[in-house]
This record gives sequence, C-alpha cells and structure tokens, in this order.
Amino acid sequence: MDFLSLALQPGSEVFLVWTSIVKTAFIIFGVVLPLVSLAVFAERKVCAFIQDRVGPNRVGLPTTLVGFKKDLRLAGIGQMIADPIKLVLKENFIPKSVNKFFYYIAPKLTMIPPILVFAVLPFGSTLCGVPMTIANVDIGILFVFAVSSLGVYGIVLAGWASNSKYPFLGGIRSSSQMISYELALGLSVIPVFLMVGTLNLQDIVLWQRDNGWLVAPFWFKDLTVDKVLHGDWAGVWAAIQSGFSLQRLLVWIPMIISFIIFLVAMFAETNRTPFDLPEAEQELVGGYHTEYSGMGFALFFLGEYAAMIAGSGVIVTLFLGGWSLPWIPDGSATSFLGLSFIPPTLAGILWGLVNITVFFAKVCALLFLFIWVRWTLPRFRYDQLMKLGWYFFFELALVNIFLVAVILAFVKA
Amino acid sequence: MALVVQRPKLTFWEKLYLPAVLSGLAITLKHFKNFILGKTKVTMQYPEEKWDSHLPPYYRGAPTLVKDEHGKDRCVACQLCEFICPPRAITIKPMEIPSDDRWAKVEKRPREFEIDMIRCIYCGFCEEVCPEQAIFLKKEYSITGYSREQMKHNKEKLYEMGGVVEGLVYKWNEKK
Repeated sequence: MDFLSLALQPGSEVFLVWTSIVKTAFIIFGVVLPLVSLAVFAERKVCAFIQDRVGPNRVGLPTTLVGFKKDLRLAGIGQMIADPIKLVLKENFIPKSVNKFFYYIAPKLTMIPPILVFAVLPFGSTLCGVPMTIANVDIGILFVFAVSSLGVYGIVLAGWASNSKYPFLGGIRSSSQMISYELALGLSVIPVFLMVGTLNLQDIVLWQRDNGWLVAPFWFKDLTVDKVLHGDWAGVWAAIQSGFSLQRLLVWIPMIISFIIFLVAMFAETNRTPFDLPEAEQELVGGYHTEYSGMGFALFFLGEYAAMIAGSGVIVTLFLGGWSLPWIPDGSATSFLGLSFIPPTLAGILWGLVNITVFFAKVCALLFLFIWVRWTLPRFRYDQLMKLGWYFFFELALVNIFLVAVILAFVKA
Repeated sequence: MALVVQRPKLTFWEKLYLPAVLSGLAITLKHFKNFILGKTKVTMQYPEEKWDSHLPPYYRGAPTLVKDEHGKDRCVACQLCEFICPPRAITIKPMEIPSDDRWAKVEKRPREFEIDMIRCIYCGFCEEVCPEQAIFLKKEYSITGYSREQMKHNKEKLYEMGGVVEGLVYKWNEKK
C-alpha cells in the first residue's frame, strides 16, 4: 500500500520510473510504428494523387471472411497493415558473400537512432502532472544530433557488408553526404539558441509558447482563448500591442533562413529526395539496401520513415512551436474554453491531450511536406549536392549566426 | 575537337533554386488538390467498371453456339469450323439424330462440341465459315479458370453463353 501511494505521488522516483516506461511504450508502439506505416501508406497515396493516379485502394476490411457479400475497402487503408505483413512473411535472404555480422546489425543500427531521438522530444505539455517528454535533459538538441548522426553507420555498414557494388556506392555516398550536411544542420540551429538561451527542448517550446514561434515575426503575448470568448477586448488589444517589437521583426529574416537551411539539411539527413543519393533507385538499384530482403529491408524502411518522423518532430519543436498552438493553454490550465461544467482536473487533462494532438498534427503536416517534396523534385547530382552543402549552406549558416548575434546585441527593443 | 556547350547564364533569382522549387511544388499541389476535389480523370477501375458498353458490334470475344427460335441446335456438326480453326481449338464429335426426332431430317448434330479457350485466338474464322450461322463470337472477353479443364468450354456452356438467335436460316423448317 505504501509502495502504491508512492507510485501515485508525482515527483517520487517510482512514479517517474513507471511513467517513463509507459511514455516510452506509448511513443514506440502507439506513435512511431503506426505513424511509420501511415507514412508509407500516405507516401503511396499522395504520390498517386500527385501523378493523377488512384493509388492503393483495394485492401480494406476482409468482411467476406465473416460472411458479408463485399469487402469493405475504406480507400485502401488496410494497405497500412498489409505492407508490414508482406515484409514480415518474406524470406530474409542472406547472400553467400556478405560479412554476416555487419550485414545483420546494419538494419538495426539504422532503425534505433531515430527512435532514440524521441527520448528527448517534448510531445505534449503535461498530462495529469506528468511532463510529456521521456527525458527532459538539458543537452536536448545535442542529444538529437549525436544520436541521429549515428544512423549513417547503419547505411555505411550495410553498404560495406553487402559485398556488392551498388550498396557499396550507396554507402560511400551516404557517408560523404552526411558529413557535408551535418555541419549546416548543426550551425543552422545556433540562432535558435541565441534567441532562446537554452538547449532544453521543453524550455524551447515553452519560450515559443510565450514569445511566439521562431519562424513567426511577432506574437500576441498573453492572448488566450478565454479572453476572446469573454469579449475582453481591452485585454486582446494590450496583447496585440505587446506582441510587436523591432527585434523580432529584424530577427525574422535570419530565422526564416535558419529554418530553410535546417529543413533542407533534414531532408539530406533522412535521405529523402532531392537528396536520396544513397538509395537512388534509378542509378544504384536500391543503394545500400539492394542486397536486403524481408525483415532486414523492412527495418531499413522503418528506419527511414522513423527518421522522417523524428526529423519532423525536431523541426516542429525548434521552429514551429512544438506542442503549443497560439493562445491554447497547456495541461496546467483549469478551465476548458470557459465551460463551467468541466472540472479543473478534467480541463487540465483535456488541454494536455489537445497539446499532444497539436504536436502530432504538426508532425503529420511536415510528413506531408516531406512526401510532397519527394514527388516534386528530381534528385540532385552528387557534385551538386556537395557544392550545395559546402559552398552554400555552410557559409549561409555561419553568416546567419553572426546576423542574429548582431541583431540581438544591438536591437534591444 | 571538343564541343563546347554554352551553359545558360542564370540570374541571382534563378540561382537561388527556391523559386523554381516553389513553383514545382505548386504544380504538384495543384494536381493533388484536383484529385482530392475529384476533378482528375483517372484510369478505369477495371473489375468494377468495364468498357463493355463501348465495345463495337463487330467485337470478337468468346465463340459461342446458338439455338434457333424453335430451340433447335443450329449446329449440324459439319465440322467446317473444326477444320478451319487455325490453332485447332475446336473439337466436335458428331452424332446422328434419331429418326423419331422432330428434326430428323437435319441428320446430324454435335454430341460433343468443345472449344479450348486457352488455344482460341479469337480470329472469328469459325463464325465466318459456318454455313448454318450456328457459331457466333460474343462480346465476352474475360474468360478465366483455375485449371486447363475449366478453360475448355463444352457444349452446354457454349449454348448457355450463346443463347438464341432468331431468323437467318429457314431451310430446316418442317414445312420446307
């Protein structure tokens, strides 16, 4: 009984342990895996729509199995489940000449880092007093960079271990691409930290909730839904006035540049078109995963899409306000839209859920952007990619840092 | 001599890539939006939608046997179709019509009439050659089966697919 009360007391170590386990399980099995298969389905559907095709529209609920006349098709949403089943059931063929050890661990090395990134991403405010981030660490974004750049090991090892020319070329391309883009990726977020002053991702989101998203020029401070609903127009006007500042307006341009560099570098980091040189199915058959089949290939697939989701999560957290939405309170709020019949505790839970939904809605919107870009742009040539990374984005990111620093130092208002 | 290709001179705006990227994104988004709004014409969803109503009257589908308005087998088992058939898809076993039959004066009719639809090339020679207008190529084209045996159409199946065609041949009327 004593243990139980300790377990339910927020702040105690036992409480932290079991809530962390629940959050981890939720993130992996409730979010990443379903979102990966949703992203694969969305990829096929969106690409079909963009190319004026129908896309997968047959697999739905097999209601004929239980005696109905027709299967329910549901616009092919069953493909989400059918694709993984197919990959699991296929033979995991291992070519004779591969280096077995590295061949085995390469897919796992690709899959694990993107999932680890979720450890520090704040995916909500608080729910019943539990902060909705698994590890609220102060090194935040450094952990993200450290872990997500490990993903390249899986690709390079797969390329080398396969003992085949195309995977080998894919592996080489991947490593050089990573080197040229990690720099721009790392440098482009420094303006964010100059603005916010912390590396802690949850604090960055809180700062953005109070002071506005980093890609937005200004923000209406203290403007809440309640104020608008109750007609407190003086309060609304004061909020609008307090939102304007010359500093934010000036720093807006470098922030947009920073956002674009980070977004582009994230495309390169996750091996998505127009930077999908390691895969380059037209040139390299399938790149690093040419020799893989069955579950090995599925893990690469999963890793790629999980990296996309994690990358979107990082972009959302750093630049697009994380789980915050303008004027939406967090899980500590005590009234839900001013409705009096909802008790304060329930209102807190509802706002907490709203925050989580907002975060994943933003992530899904970015996933759509990833897919949309993939079916629009052709692939960069290898030398063009290097040139873009080293000659353009690297310098731009460096100049951008100085620009933000100068603006922050001299324009105080 | 090396051929010198003049690279186009790009303006700063063009060198940025981003305007071109954005206009490309706008084009794909337009296609996406049109599809969502149902403005895009897409391919026919085959098993549900079929092109059948657009088939021309001379369309050559599966060969079938027909009966006349009295319910008599048109076919007199002359075996001309069997002889003309280029891939030898047709097999006919004729039989004599018993003398007490209403159509005894026709003398012959097929005991077995088999068309192997794996062999059939839908050339329509059988229809052309038939002196009795007993075999017709109908508009049915989707002929499937789980085995080679199922792909052989026997007499019953052929008559079932063919149905009745009235007129055309009057010489077997009882009064003539």
